[in-house]
Amino acid sequence: MAKITFITKEGETIELEGTSGSVMELAVEHNVKGIDGDCGGVCSCATCHVHVRSEDVSKTGSASEIETDMLELDDFANEYSRLSCQLQISDALDGVVLTIAN
Amino acid sequence: MSDKTLKKLRCLIIGASHAGVNFAFALRREGWEGQIILYDADPELPYHRPPLSKTYLTNEAGMSVTPLKSAESYERGDIQLNLGVKVASIDSKTKKILLEDGSFQSYDKLILATGARPIVPSIPGLDTAKKVFPIRTVADVEGIRYALEDNPKKKIVVIGGGYIGLEIAASLKKLGVHVTVLEREERILARVASSEMSDFFYKLHTQNGVELLAGKNVISIEGDKENNVVVCSDGTKYPADIIILGAGIHVNTELAEHAGLTIKNGIKVDQTSKTSDEDIYAIGDCTLHYNPHYKRYVRLESVQNAVDQAKIAATTICGKEAVYDAIPWFWSDQYDIKLQIVGLFDGYDNMVIRKEEKDKPCFSIWYFREDELLSVYAINNAKAYVLGTKFLKTNQLLHKRNLSDATIELKSASLMST
Repeated sequence: MAKITFITKEGETIELEGTSGSVMELAVEHNVKGIDGDCGGVCSCATCHVHVRSEDVSKTGSASEIETDMLELDDFANEYSRLSCQLQISDALDGVVLTIAN
Repeated sequence: MSDKTLKKLRCLIIGASHAGVNFAFALRREGWEGQIILYDADPELPYHRPPLSKTYLTNEAGMSVTPLKSAESYERGDIQLNLGVKVASIDSKTKKILLEDGSFQSYDKLILATGARPIVPSIPGLDTAKKVFPIRTVADVEGIRYALEDNPKKKIVVIGGGYIGLEIAASLKKLGVHVTVLEREERILARVASSEMSDFFYKLHTQNGVELLAGKNVISIEGDKENNVVVCSDGTKYPADIIILGAGIHVNTELAEHAGLTIKNGIKVDQTSKTSDEDIYAIGDCTLHYNPHYKRYVRLESVQNAVDQAKIAATTICGKEAVYDAIPWFWSDQYDIKLQIVGLFDGYDNMVIRKEEKDKPCFSIWYFREDELLSVYAINNAKAYVLGTKFLKTNQLLHKRNLSDATIELKSASLMST
C-alpha cells in the first residue's frame, strides 16, 4: 500500500492510495486532472507527465531512455519529470508527492 | 439560461470507446451540468482497445482488459453508462434516438462516436468456416484465447498484413503457435507505410518465425467439420485451425446516414467536430475531418484522433472556442520493437533514412514533399519521434544531410536549416 499525493496545475491536492498498477492508472481511475494516459501506459503519448518532489526522487528512481526522450515532447519537462505510467506502485512509493505538469 | 435549465439539458453519446468515454468526462470537466448518457452495444466496461492486438494474449499479469475508467469514475462523474444496448436510429428532427428495445430517448446534444467494424471479406466459405475472429472487441480476442486453450500447437492464418494483423501475429508467435499471414498486396503495410518500413517488418516477422506471404489473394475457405483450408488465387492452400481477419475496417456511418447527415468516407465534421446538424457532433474513427496542417480532409483510425476530437467537441459544446489542429500520431508494438509515427506521409517524394549506432534496431525515416517534412516513422527511437513532432508543429525546414548522418547528434540545433 502506498499513499500518493497529486498536486494539480490549479493547486488542488489529491491524496490516493494504491497497491498495484502504475501511478498513471491510479490517477486516471480517480479522474485526476492533467493525467490522461491516452496510450494506456506504454510510454507512447507523454500525457501523464508529473514532477517528483525533489526529496522523493530516491523513491521513484530516474527516467529510462525512452521516457526521457518522450518527456522532451512537453515544454514543462525538467530534471524531476517522470511519466507516471512508468512509476509502478509499491510500498516503496509511499508518501511521494507528485505535481502534475499540465 | 438559468442554472435550472442547464441542469435539464441532456447529452447522449452513441459509442463508448476511446472517443465517447473521453468526451463524456471532458464534457463534465468543461462544466456541462446536464445529463450525460453513454450507449454501447459492447457489454464490457469500456476498455483500451490497442492492447487487444498487442499484449492482451501475452500479458503476464493474466488476461484482463484495461478499463478506460473505473466503474466508480462514471458514478463520480454522474455519467450514465448503458452497455449492451444498440441504438436503432436517430430522428434528428424531433431530436430523439430510438433504441433496439423500442424505447426512445430525447437529446439536446447528440455525439456519434460509432467507430468502425472489421471488414469481413466476401470470400466464399468464410461465413461457414470454423473459428473465425476479427480483432475489435474483447470478445473477439477472448474467442481466440479460448480456441487456443485445448491445443496451443494450432495453425493460425491471419488474413491481412496491416498493423492489426502483424501485431496479433507477433502476440501469437510469443505463445508459440504456427502463424501464417496472407497479404493480398505485393507487400505488407502497403497502405500505411513505405516499402522500406514494410521490408523492415517483413524481416522482423520472418526472423521471429512467422510465415509472412504477400501477393496472396484469398479466394475461398474450404474444409470439413474440424478444419479450414484457406485457398489463394495462385492455387496455394493453407490449413487453419483458426482464421483471424485483419483486412481493415468499415466506418459505422449508417445511423448518421439515416439521420440525413453529410457522409463522405466517414461522417463529415467541421473543425469543432460538428456534423451538418447543429446539435449532432461526431468524433473518432467514424469522422472525416479537415486537418489544417495537411490542408485536406482525412479520416484517421487512432487513439490520438479519438481523444483530441473528444476534447474539442466537449469544449465547443460548453460554449468555449476550440478548433482541431492536431498533428496525428500513432504507435505499434511488435516483439521488442516500438514503432512511433508522427504526421501523415501520403504524398511524400523524398525521404531521409537515419540509422543510429545501437545494438538493437534504432532508426527513423523522415518523409518529405520537396523540403516540407510530412512525417517521421521511428523504430525504437523516441528521440526522433519527439523531434519530428516538434519540427512538424513549427513547420521547421531541416538540414537533410545532417539528418542523414548518424554521427551528428539527433537534436534540434544540428538539424535546423535556415
